[in-house]
Amino acid sequence: MAVLTEEQSMLRDSARTWTQEKSPVTAFRKVRDAGLPLAYDPAAFAEMAEMGWTGVIIPEEYGGSDFGYLSLGLVLEETGRTLTASPLLSSALAAASAIILGGSAAQKESWLPKIAAGEAVGTLAIDEGPHHNPSKVAVKAAKAGAGYTVSGAKTFVLEGMAANVFVVSARTSGGDNDKAGISLFLVDAGAKGVSRKALKLADSRGAANVSFDGAPAELLGEEGKGYELLEKVLDRARAGLSAEMLGAALQAFETTLDYLKVRVQFGQVIGSFQALQHRAAKMFTDLELARSCVEAALTAIDNNSPDVPELVSLAKAKMGDTLHLVSNEMVQMHGGIGMTDAHDAGLYLKRARAAEATYGSQAFHRDRYARIQGY
Amino acid sequence: MADFGGDTDAFRNEAKAWLEANFPPSLKGKGGMMQGEGPAASSPDFNAWTKAMGEKGWGVPTWPKKYGGGGLTPAEARVLQQEMNKIGAWNPIGGMGTMMFGPTLLEYGTEEQKMEHIPAIATQKVRWCQGFSEPGAGSDLASLSTKAEDKGDHFLVNGQKIWTSGGQWADMCFCLVRTDNTKKHEGISFVLIDMKDPGVEVRPIQLIAGASPFCETFFTDVKVPKANLVGPLNGGWAIAKRLLQHERSGISGGGGAGARGGGTFGVGGSPAEIAKEYVGVDEAGRIADSDLRSRVTSHEMDAKAFQLTAIRTMMEAKSNQGPSAATSIMKNAGTKVGQDRAELIIEIMGHQGLGWEGEGFSAEELSFVRGWLGGKATTIFGGSQEIQSNIISKRILGLPDPLNQSN
Repeated sequence: MAVLTEEQSMLRDSARTWTQEKSPVTAFRKVRDAGLPLAYDPAAFAEMAEMGWTGVIIPEEYGGSDFGYLSLGLVLEETGRTLTASPLLSSALAAASAIILGGSAAQKESWLPKIAAGEAVGTLAIDEGPHHNPSKVAVKAAKAGAGYTVSGAKTFVLEGMAANVFVVSARTSGGDNDKAGISLFLVDAGAKGVSRKALKLADSRGAANVSFDGAPAELLGEEGKGYELLEKVLDRARAGLSAEMLGAALQAFETTLDYLKVRVQFGQVIGSFQALQHRAAKMFTDLELARSCVEAALTAIDNNSPDVPELVSLAKAKMGDTLHLVSNEMVQMHGGIGMTDAHDAGLYLKRARAAEATYGSQAFHRDRYARIQGY
Repeated sequence: MADFGGDTDAFRNEAKAWLEANFPPSLKGKGGMMQGEGPAASSPDFNAWTKAMGEKGWGVPTWPKKYGGGGLTPAEARVLQQEMNKIGAWNPIGGMGTMMFGPTLLEYGTEEQKMEHIPAIATQKVRWCQGFSEPGAGSDLASLSTKAEDKGDHFLVNGQKIWTSGGQWADMCFCLVRTDNTKKHEGISFVLIDMKDPGVEVRPIQLIAGASPFCETFFTDVKVPKANLVGPLNGGWAIAKRLLQHERSGISGGGGAGARGGGTFGVGGSPAEIAKEYVGVDEAGRIADSDLRSRVTSHEMDAKAFQLTAIRTMMEAKSNQGPSAATSIMKNAGTKVGQDRAELIIEIMGHQGLGWEGEGFSAEELSFVRGWLGGKATTIFGGSQEIQSNIISKRILGLPDPLNQSN
């Protein structure tokens, strides 16, 4: 655990108390079983907003607390532990970052106070296929009067059904795979020409495919230079997601460890078997290493450090590998009970794979890390 | 990158000026591995540098001045290291005295013992070796049988130790001996033995990497004064465990912010840079062999994760949050990084990375081969990888001990 300020410790403690009491895994299970249209509980999200979690990275003048990414990461770690479904990551971190970093004063004024209050949900609509690939952009933007229109389709948009505003990457020039010529836009979800279709993914979280057909769009940042802005936004989203994954992995590990201490076979608890002990020790080791990477990435963002991209790719890849391992071991070490839907193991396994694929898989981030390092 | 705070400009200037005045330029960048365990160096510059650093106490910068240390704060010690790095200077004071025994004696020794032994470590006048392992007591160290009989004013020590690093060059040995046969862990005492005493015999052991600093040490009717008992009689195991923590942190290479894993054994060098040179790059500047590139990347990321964890444990230790749980993983994590690095470098260099000696190979290539082999020891000594996993399982994770041992 990073060295925290008193305020950060208080925030983490309150997040832990609330998630454990108000939003345990059973709450997520209820949302899933009820088939709620947004795939999260709006009342629970309203409580999160009331506690100020949706304004953690937003400047005070726009209704937030400007408390930084490490702080928001502490909250996400706790929501990750209990698989709490909400737009905290997609809206209060990802979309808010885009508007903070790229928005005009008017854009900030329109959206940040609402996002901070939990009254509006924003999200990134950037991918166009099954793999995260932010430089591959075929969605087109065209000038229309004082503004623009966008046309094309975006896939696997997190909280795409709940969103009031999309941060859309669209091409104002260049070929489909060129980094130059990509621009970012804000598109109101209720605007003419926007249609969306809910996706039911294995992790039961909210996602949608979104189509734009000449939808009115406001330029966010500079035309043609959206890719640099998007990378910054994505690095913040990736670091936040890594914190959520850390929480999920820790809980998956601790639940498994508890089981090793109570499940008796051959007249002894199975946790006394060295074959299982050493696998548990390996998981613990990987978790500690991954935590260092996640905290370093979040801290680097707060410090505006030049090594944010490499630390973020390191965090997302290491956290992905670790969550992958721990979620598999959770099922395996629980044996038959871990295969049942009644047990939580399957929920962690499914969330793990979805989170691994989001904002770049381990393979994506290993390749990116190597490129940044020059090999 | 993390900010450690506490940087003091005044001390930086002082350190800079002193280093400029005292570090012989002829030694620039020549800091070898395992100084203090190897044979005594003979060059006048080396001797002068050792003497200067020893008298200044900066070889053990954070130890108390009273015992010959530098009396620096951790922040000042980091500044000193930075200034040394800048001019290619290195610490000539090293070995087991500084890494393991000194910190342990500072914690457990009597005032007389500290005044007698610590200044001699700080000035490198006395070299120490470790008498822990025995032929029959490796991972199960507490089963050791070298016995020390109480003979009134002294102990009479008989038995055999093995893997005594630097035994052939050491002046003194910190040693675990059995003083009670009826108990296992509670029958072990921690004593200090003069290697020049009659009855001490040392035989070097040749290892897979060739020459090595490891020895067998035989004790036959060696008289050890009672004053050389550290801690209580039969209370040596707790001291040994503490000392092993120092040893493990040294082996993992996790002892500093620049830690890359692997510690003082194994090889330096960057697999990514070496791959660019030996395997080449494609038109996009990537390592030409994509399978190798992927494995090099994974390794470099593991090394970075380890380095960040070393920094995190240091900062947590400093912040009164209590000892970090991450400390327990450092030995396994650091040695894995070190061994993976050596294996990758050997593979990347192909046959050029398998030279044993003679012409056709650069000095660096040859050193990689020896380092790769020597580094295999890191997951065996200081508590093997498997013992470390047992310790994590038991002490950190609270899983039951299948053997009901108390190590």
